[in-house]
Amino acid sequence: MSEELQASLRQWTDARVALGRAGGSVIHRSLLDFRLSHARARDAVHLPFDAAAMAVELEALGQPVLLASSQATDRATYLQRPDLGRQLSEESRATLGGVRSDQGYDLAIILSDGLSAEAAHRQGPPLLRALLPLLAGWRLAPLIIAPFARVALQDEIGEALGARAALILLGERPGLGSADSLGAYLVHSPRAGNTDAERNCVSNIRPAGLPAEAAAPRIAWLLGEARRLGFSGVDLKDHSASASTPILDTTSLGDRLT
Amino acid sequence: MSWTITLAGRSHHFRDLRTLMAKATPHRSGDTLAGLAAESAEERVAAQYLLADLPLRHFLEELLVPYEDDEVTRLILDRHDAAAFAPVSGLSVGEFRDWLLAYETDATKLRALAPGLTPEMVAAVSKIMANQDLILVASKCEVISRFRNTLGQRGRLSVRLQPNHPTDDLRGIAASMLDGLLMGCGDAVIGINPATDQVTTTCSLLHLMDELISRYEIPTQSCVLAHVTTQLRAIEQGAAVDLVFQSIAGSQAANKSFGIDLALLREANEAALSLKRGTVGTNVMYFETGQGSALSANAHHGIDQQTMEARAYAVAREFSPLLVNTVVGFIGPEYLFDGKQIIRAGLEDHFCGKLLGLPMGCDVCYTNHAEADQDDMDNLLTLLGVAGCNYIMGVPGADDIMLGYQSTSFHDAHYLRQVLGKRPAPEFEAWLEKVGVADRAGHLRDNPLALADAPLALGLHTTQP
Repeated sequence: MSEELQASLRQWTDARVALGRAGGSVIHRSLLDFRLSHARARDAVHLPFDAAAMAVELEALGQPVLLASSQATDRATYLQRPDLGRQLSEESRATLGGVRSDQGYDLAIILSDGLSAEAAHRQGPPLLRALLPLLAGWRLAPLIIAPFARVALQDEIGEALGARAALILLGERPGLGSADSLGAYLVHSPRAGNTDAERNCVSNIRPAGLPAEAAAPRIAWLLGEARRLGFSGVDLKDHSASASTPILDTTSLGDRLT
Repeated sequence: MSWTITLAGRSHHFRDLRTLMAKATPHRSGDTLAGLAAESAEERVAAQYLLADLPLRHFLEELLVPYEDDEVTRLILDRHDAAAFAPVSGLSVGEFRDWLLAYETDATKLRALAPGLTPEMVAAVSKIMANQDLILVASKCEVISRFRNTLGQRGRLSVRLQPNHPTDDLRGIAASMLDGLLMGCGDAVIGINPATDQVTTTCSLLHLMDELISRYEIPTQSCVLAHVTTQLRAIEQGAAVDLVFQSIAGSQAANKSFGIDLALLREANEAALSLKRGTVGTNVMYFETGQGSALSANAHHGIDQQTMEARAYAVAREFSPLLVNTVVGFIGPEYLFDGKQIIRAGLEDHFCGKLLGLPMGCDVCYTNHAEADQDDMDNLLTLLGVAGCNYIMGVPGADDIMLGYQSTSFHDAHYLRQVLGKRPAPEFEAWLEKVGVADRAGHLRDNPLALADAPLALGLHTTQP
């Protein structure tokens, strides 16, 4: 492959394209680059979540903040027992039950480290800063910070708070070049036993993926549609205007091809 | 029915068939998570002894998931072909293992047998088999499927080109696609996992691939791995859909958690067939599976994850797919903890799928929270190559920057083709030689003139806009 072609492929993607080859195999430099990235990702998996510092940052957004805990108490348990990460601790169930509102909440928002504390640390605050102004008119429950959560913990938290919808933001599993990617999952009518088909997801939220400013309107649109339609999940298709912004206009590309 | 065996004075009791199957399963974290695993190494082997003595036909009499509760069970029973089953109907599970390994048992016999086997029989025999047994028997199977080329012939190894991009950026995807084609990969399918499940994105990606395949007359097919309902909407809007994709699992409840049922898959299959886009065949479906998906949806019915995985293959074979692959290490360490468990599961899944008559491939992969690395993948890749796996994934540098996991690379495919003397699908192999990507021996050319105008056509100019 010519150097010119290598350069032109590399400028359009962070994927490991145009690696060169020794015979049909990768050259030694690429082999070592891959190993370094994997070593870093392995280290990121085990980075601890600073829930207290997150609470301070989120309080600055003007919403009350509460800490909650799943039944997974440490990282090793969390990794091997996803069932415990989906269940609220008895203590937190009582705490959240105590802040239910007479009129009910429209939405409970939860932030968790999930599989990458770095993602929650870096993307959580800017995403919420961009999202909260788009939710004017929604009755929000206190923001919940819940370490060691799996996605379905949103059902138990939403149910305990008596919220009509729940949104959980949590660290996705670290990729080789992206240890800080956040995922957002929303569900209408959170309750224990909801399946993943009833959730909608916006993934890869990070500056080099879907930036917070682009993710926030998409999440707000999905929340609004779920409220309007009375359901969420696979039957709720993402037609948000913001969804097409990072994508090229297909007609013009087709013109270049033909 | 319950079973008891005494080994060296110690008695082991198994209260039902589900328990016996689960405890006979080689150790993996997902069965421990489900509370189903054997409690000692000896108990596991005790269960294997008992399972080996069980008549194969017992699986037609005692059902693991009730017929009236589950449409996958109904599919398995209703489609069972008693005549095809006849050659092995008198055998126990252990005798069946020995029958499979006999010199006389060849591809023709195995092909004829497939409709007579149920997933539970195949899962049971796999549990008592050694890794080398799984490899040898699978290597005897030849499962061929066709759309725009011929996949699965003996001596062939195909590659799904997987050019994913975190924001579905068309030029980013085009760059990875071009890289893969110039590395001689993409004969199984060019298949994109979209970052977000949208009809508009799906249509754009399909259009991009259709233009590329048409312009360069590439004998391959494309697919956007969105939810099946999204692909149906794309078909309604006139999009160029070659293959319809869906993730599937081994119970009605698990499929419901994916937002699908058999009726929806039938509708999708008919919609894809109605487009008549295949040139050499009509296999239009692409399915992905993986051990642990039923448990993660709490839809496993108290059954071990490997048996549930085999049941997913009954769903797949109902639709004569072009491609099936087990995404073996994607689900994470709670189901398959380390390289050893991933390797075993990959060999089991490939064996079970092939024995049931499916064109099996494998996404040889792991996540960063599993105790595994690329050397473990090299091992599984090599073993599956020996076992005759139809296809593997080709991801740039083995690093999927959208899905956040590590798979196999274009270079890995070249390694495997070289070390085992495997070649791409015949139509694609001829195309590679014709356009000058590779020579007759399959060696890549240094400065191919092939696709020379593709970067410009795809909008990959050398200066950023």
